[in-house]
Amino acid sequence: MAVVLFSPKALQMNSKRYMTGFLAAAALSLGISAHATDITGAGATFPYPIYAKWAEAYRAKTGVGMNYQSIGSGGGIKQIQNKTVDFGASDMPLKPEELDKDGLLQFPTVIGGDVPVVNLEGVKPGELKLTGPVLADIYLGKITKWNDPAIAKLNGGAKLPDSEITVVHRSDGSGTTFIWVNYLSKISPEWKSKVGEGTSVAWPTGVGGKGNEGVASYVQRVKGAIGYVEYAYALQNKMTYAQLQNRDGSFVSPSAETFKEAAAGADWNKAPGYYLVLTDQPGKNAWPISGATFILMYKTQGKPDTAREVLKFFDWAYSQDGDNLAASLDYVPLPDVVTSQIRNTWKSQIKDASGKAVY
Amino acid sequence: MHASADALALIIDAPLSAAKASAANMPNPKQKSVHLQDVTFRWVARFFAFMVLAILLGIIASLVHGSLPAIERFGFGFLASTEWNPVTESFGALVPIVGTLLTSAIALAIGVPVSFGIALFLTELSPAWLKRPLGTAIELLAAIPSIIYGMWGLFVLTPLFADHLQPWLIHTLGASPLIGPLFKGPPQGIGVLTAGFVLAVMVIPFIASVMRDVFEVVPPVLKESAYGIGCTTWEVVWNIVLPYTKVGVIGGIMLGLGRALGETMAVTFLIGNAHRLSPSILAPGNSIASALANEFTEAVGDLYSSALIELGLILFLITFVVLGLAKLLLLQLGRREGLRT
Repeated sequence: MAVVLFSPKALQMNSKRYMTGFLAAAALSLGISAHATDITGAGATFPYPIYAKWAEAYRAKTGVGMNYQSIGSGGGIKQIQNKTVDFGASDMPLKPEELDKDGLLQFPTVIGGDVPVVNLEGVKPGELKLTGPVLADIYLGKITKWNDPAIAKLNGGAKLPDSEITVVHRSDGSGTTFIWVNYLSKISPEWKSKVGEGTSVAWPTGVGGKGNEGVASYVQRVKGAIGYVEYAYALQNKMTYAQLQNRDGSFVSPSAETFKEAAAGADWNKAPGYYLVLTDQPGKNAWPISGATFILMYKTQGKPDTAREVLKFFDWAYSQDGDNLAASLDYVPLPDVVTSQIRNTWKSQIKDASGKAVY
Repeated sequence: MHASADALALIIDAPLSAAKASAANMPNPKQKSVHLQDVTFRWVARFFAFMVLAILLGIIASLVHGSLPAIERFGFGFLASTEWNPVTESFGALVPIVGTLLTSAIALAIGVPVSFGIALFLTELSPAWLKRPLGTAIELLAAIPSIIYGMWGLFVLTPLFADHLQPWLIHTLGASPLIGPLFKGPPQGIGVLTAGFVLAVMVIPFIASVMRDVFEVVPPVLKESAYGIGCTTWEVVWNIVLPYTKVGVIGGIMLGLGRALGETMAVTFLIGNAHRLSPSILAPGNSIASALANEFTEAVGDLYSSALIELGLILFLITFVVLGLAKLLLLQLGRREGLRT
């Protein structure tokens, strides 16, 4: 999820969030020479603001710095495979067999997700109701008008215009896209067979914007547009989101609570390598398009001391302090059940060269 | 132009060879050191010149090497396929190639006449006090970073196009039989036409300032003779100035075309980044540079990145072919001129 400062509004809204990141990065680069134990990571851009904020607070507390480069999930995976960083970060979880191939371990850090946003005259945030199948048909190009009976049926009474729907998607590869198309694949067999899932796909229709900012500015500028952006982005820019029907049949709005419920219903125990995408999860108030962002580390560590520092950092990030910071930036912290399970995984799986547990 | 360059070389060479001759006859320490300096300078200059060639070859070699997996997999079909599917890893370059050429063509179609008008006004019609400020303003336009043009296009031009120009185009030209399909579809404001229009604005300062510079070197005696036998301003420009400066004018257009072909950020903002071929120039498309900028960072898998590198190679070749064609055009013009006189 590349950060392109696209609209002045976005710039203004996000500047605080990114400024903390820049300051943290500046502080880190100053501190690097002083601490031999500083840890490095690279990858996904979606969690960058919170990783930078965690790094800043953690350094103030312990003196250990964390240098994170938000180069994109694909880059993060390449960097950890080349062992140029202590940990990689990806918005798209790697499949267990891919992890095993490289001897990698994967665990989630925070929860986020996608929100459908629209530009329709007279429609306020949360007023429009959509379902998964309707969303899939819109993105397949089968529903092309806003007054289509399928949409009208869901929004009884609301008068929707006889205008073309302009579909907006991401033009760059992105974890946000992965969560979105993963949901559409789960909901619509036609989407699954025709388009499939990935960080970028062959879109049947629509225009592409670069980054959340790009999608947001297209949606705001083209009348009758629908797009998807990352939850924190939609929230901070007060975009016109739509309600979605979840698996239990109720219409929900995106909020910290509905994301938490989506995560709470998930059974991480039965997911090897934490390969779990939180889309279409059960729960009366669960937001259907949620997902976590992940960290990648080697199971066998050549530098156990550094690895220990990495794990200590994330251990602290899962604490109440870390959770509060995450919530302040509109990320949803993982439930405690999940974090204690992750700690157990660290103990049992991350070893040094002689087979001794690192954590 | 060539003739004058040769003459210049002659003038420079004459004293040099004289110096060489005298150095051979009587060895003078001072002249010897001058000679050494001269030789060193010549070699350094030669080194730099050949370095350009070496870099060019290096770029081609690394592009070819990087795109080998995609070339082996897709062959020449890559050029003709409209598919671009990262999920099934099947890629084709036709959509970005068409988008690149089409946006550049639109840019030149709008940019060249406007630039010609600007240069004509500045050299022939403008009052003397206006020449400098106007000329400077055009050069300043060339210094604006492309992302600013992109943002201007997105925030200002897109809504204007979507609300006014495109509905009008759809209703008038869209209904005509032959070119109708070019102007169909919903007026989104984002698309090939908008991207081409902003590119036109971006290339105008380049083409206009080159045109102005070459128009100014036309010997006044030629123009005055033409005016003297009763030619209008237009006849002077069309029959005297333009033929005299055609090499420079075409050079300026090529400079603008080069910029239009490779422009990345402004096009990414406006073209819509959709890998679909559409007969309509109002529809979204994609260009090579914009596809690279969008997708390179997150291209997972060897074939995907290789296909993107092959796109880069194709852009390189397109630029090469365009320059070649320009050279050919110049030769053709030169030959015709010989016939006429």
